[in-house]
Amino acid sequence: MRDYKSIFSNIDWTIILLYLSLVFIGWINIYAAVYNEDHHSIFDITQRYGKQLMWIGLALLIAFAILLMDSQFFTAFAIPIYGLVLLSLLGVLVFGVKINGATSWFQFGSIKIQPSEFAKFATSLALAKYLSAIDINMKDIKTKVMAAIIIGLPAVFILLQNDTGSTLVYAAFIFVLYREGLSGNILLFGILAIIVFVLTLIFGPIAIILTATFTYIVIYTISKYHLKTMLIATSIFSILVYLLFHYKLNETIIYYGIGGSLFFLIAYLITKKEMKDKGVHYMSVLIFVLTCSFIFSIDFAFNKVLKEHQRTRITVLLGEEDKLIEQIEDLKVKRDTEGISKEEKQEYRDNIGEKRYSLRELRQGNGWNIKQSLIAIGSGGFTGKGFLEGTQTKFNFVPEQSTDFIFCTIGEEWGFIGTFVLMLIYIALFLRLLFLAERQRSIFSRVYGYAVASILFFHFLINIGMTIGLAPVIGIPLPFISYGGSSLWSFTILLFIFIKLDSERLLVLR
Amino acid sequence: MNLSNRKFIVGLIFLVVGILFIARLFTIQVLNDKYKLDSDSNVLREITQYPARGLIYDRKGELLVYNEAAYDLMLIPKQVKAVDTTALCSLLGIEIEEFREKFSKAKKYSRYKASTFLKEISSISYANIQEQLFRYPGFFVQTRTLRKYPRNSAAHILGYIGEVNQKTVEENSYYKSGDYIGKSGLEYSYEDLLRGTRGVKRVLVDVHNREKGSYLDGDSDTMAVTGTIIRTTLDIVLQEYGELLMQNKKGSIVAIEPKTGEILALVSAPSYDPNMLVGRAVKKNYPILSKDTLNPLFNRATMAAYPPGSTFKTIQALIGMQDGVITENSGFTCIRSMVGCHPHPSARDVSESIKMSCNPYYTQLFKRIIQQGKAKSIYKDSEIGLGIWAKQVQKFGLGQTLTTDFPGVKSGVIPGVNFYNRWYGEGRWAFSTIRSLDIGQGEILVVPLQMANLAAIMSNRGYYYTPHFIKHIDKTDQIPEKFTVKNFVGIDKQYFTPIVNGMERVVNESGGTARRARLKNIVVCGKTGTAQNPHGEDHSIFIASAPKDDPKIAIAVYVENAGFGGTWAAPIASLMMEQYLTDSISTKNIRKEKRILEANLLNVKAKK
Repeated sequence: MRDYKSIFSNIDWTIILLYLSLVFIGWINIYAAVYNEDHHSIFDITQRYGKQLMWIGLALLIAFAILLMDSQFFTAFAIPIYGLVLLSLLGVLVFGVKINGATSWFQFGSIKIQPSEFAKFATSLALAKYLSAIDINMKDIKTKVMAAIIIGLPAVFILLQNDTGSTLVYAAFIFVLYREGLSGNILLFGILAIIVFVLTLIFGPIAIILTATFTYIVIYTISKYHLKTMLIATSIFSILVYLLFHYKLNETIIYYGIGGSLFFLIAYLITKKEMKDKGVHYMSVLIFVLTCSFIFSIDFAFNKVLKEHQRTRITVLLGEEDKLIEQIEDLKVKRDTEGISKEEKQEYRDNIGEKRYSLRELRQGNGWNIKQSLIAIGSGGFTGKGFLEGTQTKFNFVPEQSTDFIFCTIGEEWGFIGTFVLMLIYIALFLRLLFLAERQRSIFSRVYGYAVASILFFHFLINIGMTIGLAPVIGIPLPFISYGGSSLWSFTILLFIFIKLDSERLLVLR
Repeated sequence: MNLSNRKFIVGLIFLVVGILFIARLFTIQVLNDKYKLDSDSNVLREITQYPARGLIYDRKGELLVYNEAAYDLMLIPKQVKAVDTTALCSLLGIEIEEFREKFSKAKKYSRYKASTFLKEISSISYANIQEQLFRYPGFFVQTRTLRKYPRNSAAHILGYIGEVNQKTVEENSYYKSGDYIGKSGLEYSYEDLLRGTRGVKRVLVDVHNREKGSYLDGDSDTMAVTGTIIRTTLDIVLQEYGELLMQNKKGSIVAIEPKTGEILALVSAPSYDPNMLVGRAVKKNYPILSKDTLNPLFNRATMAAYPPGSTFKTIQALIGMQDGVITENSGFTCIRSMVGCHPHPSARDVSESIKMSCNPYYTQLFKRIIQQGKAKSIYKDSEIGLGIWAKQVQKFGLGQTLTTDFPGVKSGVIPGVNFYNRWYGEGRWAFSTIRSLDIGQGEILVVPLQMANLAAIMSNRGYYYTPHFIKHIDKTDQIPEKFTVKNFVGIDKQYFTPIVNGMERVVNESGGTARRARLKNIVVCGKTGTAQNPHGEDHSIFIASAPKDDPKIAIAVYVENAGFGGTWAAPIASLMMEQYLTDSISTKNIRKEKRILEANLLNVKAKK
């Protein structure tokens, strides 16, 4: 039995302080978000703020308990805990209750528990355990596959619960794997894929393919040959594109036209005698072809694979609302043009009806949420409207104010000063976690530390990004701040296991 | 490769995202004003100021439609404190159950926004409620207006208003759900003028949704503009008299001022009290009216298509003379084997043919019009003849919708070449097939409004103004141009003389068919008609105008299932003209009036 003094003397109090300040900020803002003049006591446990205080109290108890435990426990039981959580994830599919379309809750009387919240730290433990084994090398294909399975299993189960938001969180582990030796290209590739995806949705596949082709020709010819060839190549390309558009050929012909001309251009370049490094050459062509097919597949995936509500989330982000309004106006002008046939008129009318319908859907759903959220945050101004003075959040203009959109209340009532401070706290927390992770002697602790930092960061990225209109609406909580027992406890457990591991970093070499 | 360097890359990614977020927050919170304004609009409440709808007057300045205040009890659930529900219910005169139901409905709509709790409280209970209302926070009264019709008549002309439907809301950006819009009659035609323009009052509200005063001291408020007042061409006294004469009868009367095309009266019987279709009462009364077998909602004057009967002979004679197939002195023998006729001497000229309404005369005349020998085959010849004839008839405003300012006017039918080609096949019909057109039977259909217009054409001797209801629009000096254009019917004026003379003799000579239409000191010209009706007793028809040389009124009367035109339609028309021209009924005609008022022709149906 170690004495308490040594336990607490080794704890990183900076992290604890950051943790406590976030939890406190969460509590008072939940109070502001759901403030009700009939129940003005912040301790009133019939209201969410009173309940959150209870959850905080329990979270502190859990944290304290974790600190009292032996850190060996987590290394020893990492795999059993992981197994148990996987079972509960499967169990919830069968015995769980459905809330907001996701079957991710167990209900015991009035208490609801969401196992997917606890899967985060369990997966982190399991991954840490696996990667800290002696014979592990990230370069081995076997290691990559195993790591992918450990991360993927809970992700798939949560996806089956129809909880897309929580599933996406597992993408955060890419940072952990990267740190442990996964090729940086994969990280880069992932980021690039996201950029191309978004650009394609904004500008459409043709524009992106044309741009990509153009860029490719310029870079390629100028690096391999000389300016003259480049000029000829781009001129031919431009004329081709002009002709294609001028004669208003349909899209398929444009695709074939571009594809065909590219094929001949590339074939010509490859067969040139001075070609030396054929490997690089083929590789670049391959990459180009892959990019093009990826762009095509986005269009397909977006319209065929994604579900309606997922599409809306993305279209909202891309300013689809304005586009729709423009299209409607356009159709109205066409409809009112003199001298068109009755059928045409009817067609325009039907078209307008459809567009109006989508617009309404958009406005009532996520489009509205994003807009109101931006208004709430933006109207806070530099200094904010003051505690409990927010108007946006009081009048239910912003949805889910105490959970996923809690950041709106902070932005509205505390202004830029408040949000700036909050950003600093989070950045400090993430960087501190990285620093602590790096100072670990054991790989287990380091991997786990990275997992904690990555998961918290990913929540932060998506949640804040969503409220300020930089990310699609995906309902995941803001760590330590959003209302809810399950999420608060799971983040607390996630964090305090690492604090415990860190406090004993000098004792053991795992 | 030193993996520990990667901590910098991961750290950098975290940092970059953090900085990006801060930059974005700085943009939307500090640099950009747009969101601040948007948030204001969330806290500003826009209160719509509903304009009073325009009033409608008759031609002499009698008020026909005005507005009466109605009071809606509104509710904002969030502001409701614990109340004595029983007392409130008894104050409002509703059951507790109903109260709960309405309350939860309002709550479901919005806890913060006002919704209608009780519609159209009477002004008496409003006074009571208003006194007590301070006890019940969350409830308040909103004033709205209802249409009122002081004269209880002209329901079909004035029309009614009702809530806009979803389709209109989507197609016309002016309307919002719950707005009122003209649904029929003049309320419909002149909706754009009558509705006025909505205003907006902006008030600031605090977190508790209490009004904190006006925004920018009311500088941004817009006033509601009251709907335009319109004066109609209707003579309400004449209209009411017409409705009185038509009680217990089915049919219609249309009276027009020939020199202007102004509609003086437009009666469709049976009718209803326009006040029945106002506000809350609509729900109860509309189904009753629409299920009535006598169809009071149906405007016979503009929508019911009947054969014109013998009144059509006037047109036939005009076309005959214009085409040169007869002169005004042409006579035809009354050959009753050709077509049925009543006993009378043969007509020696056009005027006499009109007076005696001789059927065989017109069969022979019509044959000359249709078969003018322009082709060898009688089929082809008839086709050419009918084609020309149909065009000539259409010039009289028949077989086409009169572009009046009244909704739902029907066009009637003037069968042309295509009509019979479809019916019998091309080249398979000739004069003998279509000859029942000669006396205005067969496939010809007209609506009473067109018949009144025909009477106007006769009295004007060759032209008409499109019949209309608008006399004066407030703050303007003109009515739509289309109502001030003379429409000529393409018949030379000289040919009208024998026709009008004949019409005079119809009324004023012994042996004429409408001696019951005679008036003292006023020369009435008229023409009777009897429309054969396959479903029952013939319809009684009369068109007329008076005085002969300075026509002030042209009229058409249809009485369904009433038999011969001279029996019922002619006296009704003469009473109407007398009322209009002399503002009274002479003692001599009191008996005539009594006979009409006492007649009940609703149940005459069987034709054995």
